[in-house]
Amino acid sequence: MKKLLIALMTTVAGLSMAATAQAQEKLKACWVYVGPIGDFGYSYQHDQGRLDVEKAFGDKVETAYLENVAEGPDAERAFERLARENCKIIFGTSFGFMDPMVKVAKRFPDVKFEHATGYKTADNLAVYNARFYEGRYVMGQIAAKMSKKGLAGYIVSFPIPEVVMGINSFMLGAQSINPDFKLKIVWVNSWFDPGKEADAAKALFDQGADIITQHTDSTAPLQVAEERGLLGFGQSSDMIKFAPKAQLTSNTDDWGPYYVERVQAVLDGTWKTGNVWLGIKDGAVVLSPYTNMPDDVKKMAEETEAKIAGGWNPFTGPVDKQDGTPWLKDGEVADDETLLGMNFYVKGIDDKLPQ
Amino acid sequence: MRVELVKRPQRSALFSALSPFIAFALTMAAGAILFLLLGINPISAFYTYFISPISEVWQLHELTIKAAPLILIAVGLAVCYRANIWNIGAEGQLIMGAIVGSAIPVMFPAFESPIVLPLCLLLGMLGGAAYAAIPAVLKARFNTNEILTSLMLVYVAQLFLDWMVRGPWRDPQGHGFPQTVMFNDSATLPALFPVAGRANWGFVFALVAALAVWILMTRLLRGFEVRVLGSSPRAGRFAGFNFNRMVFFTFMLSGALAGLAGISEVTGAINQLQPTISPGYGFTAIIVAFLGRLNPLGIVAAGLVLALTYLGGEAAQTALGISDKVARVFQGMLLFFVLGCDTLIHYRIRFVGLGAKARGESEAVPAAKLEEVH
Repeated sequence: MKKLLIALMTTVAGLSMAATAQAQEKLKACWVYVGPIGDFGYSYQHDQGRLDVEKAFGDKVETAYLENVAEGPDAERAFERLARENCKIIFGTSFGFMDPMVKVAKRFPDVKFEHATGYKTADNLAVYNARFYEGRYVMGQIAAKMSKKGLAGYIVSFPIPEVVMGINSFMLGAQSINPDFKLKIVWVNSWFDPGKEADAAKALFDQGADIITQHTDSTAPLQVAEERGLLGFGQSSDMIKFAPKAQLTSNTDDWGPYYVERVQAVLDGTWKTGNVWLGIKDGAVVLSPYTNMPDDVKKMAEETEAKIAGGWNPFTGPVDKQDGTPWLKDGEVADDETLLGMNFYVKGIDDKLPQ
Repeated sequence: MRVELVKRPQRSALFSALSPFIAFALTMAAGAILFLLLGINPISAFYTYFISPISEVWQLHELTIKAAPLILIAVGLAVCYRANIWNIGAEGQLIMGAIVGSAIPVMFPAFESPIVLPLCLLLGMLGGAAYAAIPAVLKARFNTNEILTSLMLVYVAQLFLDWMVRGPWRDPQGHGFPQTVMFNDSATLPALFPVAGRANWGFVFALVAALAVWILMTRLLRGFEVRVLGSSPRAGRFAGFNFNRMVFFTFMLSGALAGLAGISEVTGAINQLQPTISPGYGFTAIIVAFLGRLNPLGIVAAGLVLALTYLGGEAAQTALGISDKVARVFQGMLLFFVLGCDTLIHYRIRFVGLGAKARGESEAVPAAKLEEVH
C-alpha cells in the first residue's frame, strides 16, 4: 500500500513537473500591428521580426498577432485581449498605441509590454525605436548625386518629430553634396493610402522632381517612379520587386534581432524595462542593396553608411534652422531629446511645417 | 438577360419574422465553405466568432463599449431616414461633438468639479447638433442635396480635429506629438462596474436614447409627423406639417446623439483627443440602422450583433491565426445576407429576357422602384 502510494505520488509529482515544464517552455509572444501585414512596408517588417522569433525559438515560443488595429479605443481592447489570452510579452508597433498600452500595462503587471516609437515607460513597459534618419541621410546624398534637376519630391504622412527629423536628415545629406538642392514636400495625412500616395508622387513628378522618397508605407510612389522611368527610394522594406529599375535603395527596418533579444530575456527572467533607439550600427536600420546607380555613387553611399555605423551623427553642426537662426554650432551634435521632439525644419527646405 | 427587383404587392409576415434566421443560416453555410477552404474547422471558427466573445465577463464589457456609439448614432439616423432625410454625416457630427465637448478639460485641465462631466456631455450634444444644422440649413433654404453636404462635412470635421490636436490644442508636454492633454478625473465618464471591466455609462446612454426614440416614434405626435412626411410629403403638407422644420428636427436630433456618442467615446475610453477618435462609427451606424430596420429596439439588437462580429473577428485572428481580411469578409457576408433577405421580403427577383416585348415598360419600372427604395 505504502509502495503504491509512493509510486502514485511520484507519478503525480512527475506529471505536474512535466506540466509546469511544458508551460514554461511555451512562451507566448504577441504583436499588435497598426496596418495590414500585407502592406509590404512598416507592418510587414514587424511581422518579419515576429517570424524571426518563431524561427529562433522553435517550439519554445508561440506567437500571435492582431493586424490593422485602429489607434484609439480598439487598441486598448486589442492589448487587453492579448494579455488575457496569456501572452507574456506584447509588442505594440505604432505611436498611437501609447496610452492604451500604458493603461493595459497597469492592469497586467506580470505581462511585459514593448512599445515602438513612443516615450512613456513603466516597470513592465519598455519603448524601442529605430534611427530611421540615419538611412535617410545616406538617401539624401544619393538623391543629390542622381538628380539631374537637383530637385527631389518627399511624400510624408504626419508632422510628428519622427517624420520631421527624417526630412531634415535627408536634406542635410543632399546639401552636403549640392548646397542648392531643393525639396518639394506633400503631406498625405495617412501612413498607408496607396491611392493618395500615388497621386502625390504623380504631382511631384509633374512639378519637376526626378527622384522621390516617402515616409509612408505603401509601394505605390515607387511604382509610379518605375512607370515614369524615374528614380526613388523604398521605405521600411526592400521594395525592389515593385520597382526593379527605379529603386536606388530602401531604408529598411530589421526588428528581428531586437525581438529575439527581448523574448530571450523574458525566457531567462532577465527582462527589464528600457528605452532604446537602435540605428545602423545595431543592424536595426539596414539600407538594402544599392541599385540603379553608378559605382562612384554607390561607393560614396557605402562610405557614409560606414561612417554612421562608426558613430557619426548626421545632425552634426553647423546647422541652421529654416528661418536662418543658428541651431548647431560647428561640430556640435544634436542630443536625442531634441531630435525626439523635433518640430522645425533646417535651412533650405521650402515648405511650411503644418503646426 | 437582365435581373430586376419587382416590388411584391404584399409582404409576408412569416418571412419577415424568419428573415434574420434564414440570413444567419446562409451566413453559416457560406462561412463554413470559406473556413473549410482555409483549412479551419468551421465549428471552432463559429465558436470563436459568436460564442467566445460572450463567454467571458470582460468581453461582454468590451461588447457594450463597441456597441454603444453604434446604437446611439443609429437611433438618431433612424429618425432621419424614416422622414426620408438622408444624414450620411454622423461621423462628422460625432467628431464635432467630441471636439466641442472636450473644450473644458482641454482648456482648463486643472478645473475639477462634479459639473464638468455633465457640461462636457451637454456641449458634446450641442456641438453635434450645431454641426448637423449646417446641412439642414442648406437643405431647407437652398434645397441642397443633404447626402452630399453632410458627407462632405465629415472630411471637414476630420481635418479640423487633425488641425486642433496638432495646433492650438496640442499637449505642450507631448514631445510635439499630435494629441491633447489627458483629461482629469472629473471629466472622465465613470465605468459601470470598474472591478469587472471597462464598460462605461455610454451604453446606458445608448439604451436610454433607444427607448426615448422608440417612444417618440410610436407614441408622440412628432413621431407620427416624421412618418407621414417620410412616406408621403404631400399628405404631410395637407396635414399642416412643416417639412423644413422636420429637416431641422431630424438633423439636429441625430447630430446631438452622434455628438453624445463622440464625447462619450472621448471621455469614457480615450481620455484625450487624438487625430483619429472613431474607427468609422458614424458610417457603420448607417448599416446598424438598416439592420435594425429603422426600429430603435431592433437597432439595439443590431448594434450588439455588429459589435459581436468585430470582437469575434479579433478573437478569430488570435485563436485561429486567420488574417484580418478573412474576419472582415465573414462580417461582410453576414451583412450581405441579412440585407439581402430583408430586401427579398419586399421585392422579388424577375429575370428579363433580351427579347422581351415590353422593353420600354420594363426599363421604366425599375427606375420608379428605385425611387421607392429611397
